[in-house]
Amino acid sequence: MNPLSVVVRTICDIFTWFIGIFGIYIIIHGHMTPGGGFQGGAVVATMMAFLLVSHGGKKTLSFAKPGLYTAMETIGLLVFIGAGLFGITTTFFFNFLAGQGGVFGATVPIGPNSGVLNSAGTISIMNMAVGLEVIGGLSLIILYMFKGIRLFDNAAESGETGHDR
Amino acid sequence: MKKRVLFMIAILVVAGTFWGALDNIHPFGDVPVAPMDDYYIENAQQERSVNNVVTAVVFDYRGFDTLGEAAVLFTAVCSVLALFRKGREGQ
Amino acid sequence: MTGNAPFLVVGIIFFLGLYAILFERNLIKIAIGISLLEASANLLLIVLGYRSGGSIPIFTLAGEVRTMVLPTPQALTLTAIVIGLATSALLLSLIMLLYRHYGTLDVREIRRLRG
Repeated sequence: MNPLSVVVRTICDIFTWFIGIFGIYIIIHGHMTPGGGFQGGAVVATMMAFLLVSHGGKKTLSFAKPGLYTAMETIGLLVFIGAGLFGITTTFFFNFLAGQGGVFGATVPIGPNSGVLNSAGTISIMNMAVGLEVIGGLSLIILYMFKGIRLFDNAAESGETGHDR
Repeated sequence: MKKRVLFMIAILVVAGTFWGALDNIHPFGDVPVAPMDDYYIENAQQERSVNNVVTAVVFDYRGFDTLGEAAVLFTAVCSVLALFRKGREGQ
Repeated sequence: MTGNAPFLVVGIIFFLGLYAILFERNLIKIAIGISLLEASANLLLIVLGYRSGGSIPIFTLAGEVRTMVLPTPQALTLTAIVIGLATSALLLSLIMLLYRHYGTLDVREIRRLRG
């Protein structure tokens, strides 16, 4: 794909940061508001599609790092399994941090309240781990499917096709 | 042509069973009794100190489901990467 | 019967997806049909867990709540959505490779060009 016009590129440069911050907000508030790791990760992974559409393939693929996304996906899955495994003295996936005090262990008042950010024990850690995994995985899927489009070009040396200005 | 008629008959049979099932299902908005869900709603805050009951069910009470789901996502990503890997152009 | 209108919507979406799978010949349209089937299954789960007048099962700034809808079907739907997303990505990748190999998306042509 060729890059779109300069208006689209400028607006996309500004709004990708808002998309990323909004996705991270959804991930870290997953235990208080609607949302969680999967939804926030999907929102952050939209950033990659946004950049691919606006800036075109050549520029985006030059700075996107598939190794980094693979590492994010793997580390997310390992942290998720590890957080489940640490409560093995009671059961698998036991929430051993909830209500114990500390960074993740604040208690919430019973009934409707306005929310406590550092509560929920391992649920918060698992949200972040799954969010990391989904960010890496969906970005990899988008990147590799975009690279797969290029396999169709028989005349790849004659320049990119499609997407008129 | 014969296959299309066969498909149409199959769709009609499935539609008939669906229409019959619609009479036996509980009315919309009138869940009979749900002890498990009531337990989750009442005890999620003091047991797990979390406000979002859906997150408590997904990541804590039924964390094993979520482990399988994360594994499915991981497998799908690995499959897509294997399908589009480099070096396929020669085939 | 009017009280069961959401179940009827589930059925309509389900049969649209089934029709697309059985009668369409374009592979992309078949993939859309499979996505419609997933959507109808998710909608059925959500509709089964609704209590009339219930709010979402989240206590943050909930106000005065009397009833809450069932949380377990929503959690299972969350799982099903992610699995559907993974399935769709794999399905579209396979369709892209089929198009690259055969040069067409018509299932009859692909069957004729087999081998």
